[in-house]
Amino acid sequence: MVDTVTRTSRTVIAGTLYRGHEGMWSWVLHRITGIAIYFFLLVHVLDTATLRISPEVYNGVLGAYKTPIMGIGEAGLVGAIVFHALNGLRIILVDATKWGTRYQRQMFYVVLGLWTLLMIGFLPRHLINVFTGGAE
Amino acid sequence: MRRLKLERLGWIFMRVSGFFLIALIFTHLIVNVMQDGGVHAIDFAFVAGKLANPLWQWFDVTLLWLALIHGTNGMRVVIEDYVYRINLKRFLLGGLAVSTAVLIVLGTLVIFTLDPCPTDAAANLLPSFCTAG
Ligand code: HEM
Ligand code: HEM
Repeated sequence: MVDTVTRTSRTVIAGTLYRGHEGMWSWVLHRITGIAIYFFLLVHVLDTATLRISPEVYNGVLGAYKTPIMGIGEAGLVGAIVFHALNGLRIILVDATKWGTRYQRQMFYVVLGLWTLLMIGFLPRHLINVFTGGAE
Repeated sequence: MRRLKLERLGWIFMRVSGFFLIALIFTHLIVNVMQDGGVHAIDFAFVAGKLANPLWQWFDVTLLWLALIHGTNGMRVVIEDYVYRINLKRFLLGGLAVSTAVLIVLGTLVIFTLDPCPTDAAANLLPSFCTAG
């Protein structure tokens, strides 16, 4: 871990700031969520491209998303995106402000708190839609 | 030196694009997932109706380019962190570059060339303005 953290010039900067404890967990989560979102986006541009084939094909492809299993997957995706976005903002603040480094640990707990609040707002609504919505 | 300067530019880009992506993605999710009915309400008529508006076209293109370039630069860093075998690394980085280029071109074309009212499709699948007047 230490080895990989110090290997590129980008992470040398990150390494001294974020390594260990909260800093390391936030880094691991940031990386995993970023990779997951990338692969989702790859598929997502392709499914959107079926718009160009015909309305029937697009609606058929989207029908495959409207299952409970995909609905749970979407919940996971939104959870990943919300974490990556909030923690990304934290990284930006740590790097761009004078006080950021001093409060990076506190800000990580703020990220977790905001994430929990946003998910509490999102999940019930989304899950109700997924399990009671349309017929597909 | 040149390599370092590029790396520094990438580092800045990740932060600037990330900042704008927050607004873009949260809006995207609120409009598509949190609307009445959520994902169940998404179909050709809904999307074609959106993309008939130039505002949504430019919104989607900005989202597409920023998210893909940000994500691709992030994946490049990840690959460079873990893959040392030079051939494998070249292969992965090349594949990454090609797939990103393809997705950017494809996505941009879809957004700007979509016909919201294809004549050979059933009217009930199309946005309501196709049949009005
Ligand atoms: C929601 C807004 C977003 C914000 C605020 C954000 C912020 C950031 C920041 C600041 C970094 C740099 C981390 C560092 O240099 O240590 C980063 C890395 C990354 N981001 Fe994002 N990002 C966002 C959206 C996305 C999206 C949509 C994707 C995928 C398409 C993505 C994929 C990645 C990846 C793969 C990395 C590299 C992770 C690593 O090196 O460990 N991000 N993000
Ligand atoms: C489950 C959550 C999501 C749903 C239901 C969804 C739905 C949609 C829909 C219906 C479209 C068609 C165009 C439009 O409505 O503007 C679209 C396009 C798009 N979405 Fe999403 N989206 C989701 C998550 C995301 C995320 C997390 C990202 C960013 C990483 C993203 C990036 C895009 C892009 C770039 C396009 C344009 C694609 C193209 O150029 O063809 N979406 N999405």
